[in-house]
Amino acid sequence: MDNGDVLSHDARNDLLRFTLVGSVDDGKSTLIGRLLHDASGVHEDQLASIRKASERKGMTGDEIDFSLITDGLKAEREQGITIDVAYRYFTTPRRKFIIADTPGHEQYTRNMVTGASTADLAVILLDARHGALPQSRRHGFVASLLGVSHMVVAVNKMDLVGYSHDVFERVRVEYAAFAAKLQVHDTSFIPISALCGDNVVERSARMPWYQGSTLLNYLETVHIASDRNLIDLRFPIQYVLSAQQDFRGYCGSVASGVLRRGDEVLGLPSGQRTRIKTVVTFDGEIDEAYPPQAVTLTLEDDIDLSRGDMLVHPNNLPNLDETIDTMLVWMDEDASEAGKRYLIKQTTRMVPAVLTKVHYAIDVNTLHRKQSERLNLNDIGRAVMELRRPLLTDTYAKNRATGSLILVDRMTNRTVAAGMIIDRDPAVKSARSSFTVPPLKSAQFAERSGDVLRVDRERLLGQKGAVLWFTGLSGSGKSTLALAVEKRLMGEGRLAYILDGDNLRNSLCADLAFSPEDRAENIRRAGEVAALFADAGVITLAAFISPYRADRERVRGLLPEGRFFEIFLDVPLEICEGRDPKGLYRKARAGQLRDFTGFDAPYEPPVCPDLTLATHQLSLDEAIHRIEALLESRGIVETSGRYES
Amino acid sequence: MAYTWTHLRQLEAESIYILREVAAEFERPVLLYSVGKDSSVLVRLSQKAFYPRKIPFPLLHVDTTYKFSEMYDFRDSFVKEIGARLEVYTFEEAIKGGVSPFTLGTQKCCAVLKTQALLNALREGGFDAAVGGARREEEKSRAKERIYSFRDRFGQWDPKNQRPELWNLYNSRINKGESIRVFPLSNWTELDIWQYIQQERIHINSLYFAREREVIERDGQLIMADRPIPLKDGEIPRRVLCRFRTLGCFPCTGAVRSSAKTVAEIVEEVKVTRYSERITRVIDHDAEGSMEEKKREGYF
Repeated sequence: MDNGDVLSHDARNDLLRFTLVGSVDDGKSTLIGRLLHDASGVHEDQLASIRKASERKGMTGDEIDFSLITDGLKAEREQGITIDVAYRYFTTPRRKFIIADTPGHEQYTRNMVTGASTADLAVILLDARHGALPQSRRHGFVASLLGVSHMVVAVNKMDLVGYSHDVFERVRVEYAAFAAKLQVHDTSFIPISALCGDNVVERSARMPWYQGSTLLNYLETVHIASDRNLIDLRFPIQYVLSAQQDFRGYCGSVASGVLRRGDEVLGLPSGQRTRIKTVVTFDGEIDEAYPPQAVTLTLEDDIDLSRGDMLVHPNNLPNLDETIDTMLVWMDEDASEAGKRYLIKQTTRMVPAVLTKVHYAIDVNTLHRKQSERLNLNDIGRAVMELRRPLLTDTYAKNRATGSLILVDRMTNRTVAAGMIIDRDPAVKSARSSFTVPPLKSAQFAERSGDVLRVDRERLLGQKGAVLWFTGLSGSGKSTLALAVEKRLMGEGRLAYILDGDNLRNSLCADLAFSPEDRAENIRRAGEVAALFADAGVITLAAFISPYRADRERVRGLLPEGRFFEIFLDVPLEICEGRDPKGLYRKARAGQLRDFTGFDAPYEPPVCPDLTLATHQLSLDEAIHRIEALLESRGIVETSGRYES
Repeated sequence: MAYTWTHLRQLEAESIYILREVAAEFERPVLLYSVGKDSSVLVRLSQKAFYPRKIPFPLLHVDTTYKFSEMYDFRDSFVKEIGARLEVYTFEEAIKGGVSPFTLGTQKCCAVLKTQALLNALREGGFDAAVGGARREEEKSRAKERIYSFRDRFGQWDPKNQRPELWNLYNSRINKGESIRVFPLSNWTELDIWQYIQQERIHINSLYFAREREVIERDGQLIMADRPIPLKDGEIPRRVLCRFRTLGCFPCTGAVRSSAKTVAEIVEEVKVTRYSERITRVIDHDAEGSMEEKKREGYF
């Protein structure tokens, strides 16, 4: 082994994570290129390939397009824009830096938020010629929203305004007036030219009127250690080393506060007290641990504690809430939906939750509130969430680690929003009874002890309630197949029931037409009814064209796991048109019918159906057989004899 | 104030947090062990994360059979020393079918013996999370890589379809057949790795240290004939004082001229060096954006 004994000086550097926000036009990529290059972060071979690319772009001689250092993916290079957060690294003798390089256009609010979520500091870049444009205000707002405590406003392109002190002062005063409204502790202004290198790494001789730090010098010296919350001990349990050889350990990282051996602690949510026996690490036992240190604890007593629980000091408790108020930043193409169930991940806990109501959205350019019932991609707004199990939280302003959460869509598994917990508005609390959507606890599948439960009905019926959702073009055989399956099931002593356009369109949905909105509403109602039937224990055969994927997925979300089966009748349009059992295709061809699926309205086939049946290639018997096999394999009916539990 | 944390301690804490999340949230995680320095650091971090217990998931080495002989010796003694479970996967059929860097060239060979082999190994092992030592600093297209990188049922990476990643809240939700590649070293640089190896006295392969080795010069790379390789016209083996900055397959991994014989000397060398480390990998330079192409297909 050839390891040297002495650590070189800069192995003891600390770390600064900052986000750099600005648009392509502000010269953001050039600034990063300049920082990396002048602070010796760019390697020769990377520089050589950048020179090559600069020449291809028509630049000449020694001119280097610094922005090419930072453009990552091929598609983006071709479009000449940066569309995702990119992370850059450089080290000086004083500090290691991680830059979250985030694009500044409005449609990329999501990226800006991502970059700011882990940042100690934000550098907001603006163009001296344009001053404090709405977009620069937006950047400041986002940094403030994400709890970034230090903000540097880099007033760029000073070379294009003759290095004028007056111009800089005008921009500074204008932006400072705005920044005073934000929750940022510390704001600095630095006049720079990224292109010419003024006040980035080297002090500029062309702006003698500026006495402050260069940008790099500021970044190297800004004091960040005191930004950490060292007061409120929060230790979320991340992983449990179960008892073995007398050792039972609780692994986790200190989210905030200081943890010491011998401390009296409370396990939450159980509320049991004990003391910290040892603080174990690979490098030996230690006396105390600070955020974000990762340690393993042993406790004096055996208390009820598992992943997602938390250890705290008994006189300093977090909130234990089943309803939380959040500022959400929406990050998904699919807008938020009131009443929809999501998963929330907060610290090491994941719980199902319902987004009950959006109070308002914020116009990120004016900071004005606007009425809105939903949040679209890149929207920021205030929303209330009802949790199935309580979370241990603090407000984000008080504690970044326990006040932050992500929202995950249960169907697509995508991360759809980032949330910051805020203080509950008393007016909202008292208005709870007026929520249009009931909280989870009274939702239809919650089991109330003492009442008759779904399992009781299922035992009575000898089967499990489920929804078989037949989707496909008109004429693909949905009703025919549903009727035949119903008949077969009845013959075997099973209770089944058909829901289709015939019995719903003329009754519950008689008020609806065929626009996309009305179709969505039709399917929503059909889904709700189907879910109630399934809860009653009935094998429910729902036959609807249901052309939109999102509508069908919403129905899936209404049912417990494993009780919704999407059956796709995959038949080409020509064959359906040839069958034309109701003469609808003829009418559509003749122009007497509008918004007809397959003609002038789209059909979105399922991505991952539970069963696909090409009814034009199968006999009816074969199709029925495959559905029966599905029901057996998923435990809805038992293979032999009746279902008993 | 007594409480100041070095950047290495912060990086370490972040990586341990990630490794514990993986162990807690996935059913069958695996650690991709490539015998190199980053793997050695990753293994040490895993030991730290679960101490005093053993690492709760196996190590997987995707072996092309063209690794340097010293790597095999090192691998076996290292794994034995730390008491880890090691699984080795080799794409036997392809090798029997004649796939080699000499017949197919680096790019095609890699596509089969590394990328395809890795996908086979992950599928056959039923692994839902594969932990790797890739770092964002290594290559341009990696700068935007997530710490949890989502892969579809075919192990493919879609740069346009990655989940936003905020704070330290990683989204581990996947459907059956899909998987997550996890990169706990995302925020480490080459210098961090070497400083950490120095600080922690981590065992690494002797190929990283300079000594005189018999090499030929091919396309600007110093290639060591670990085992006999077909020589081209004008190629004459010479003894050169050199070391390896990254380890891979011997026919496709170049050495760099260096006299750094200790970790401390390497740290100094990395500080002043003006070449990024992946330059010695033949595969990265095949075509512009070539790393991105390979990642889409499932390369690490």
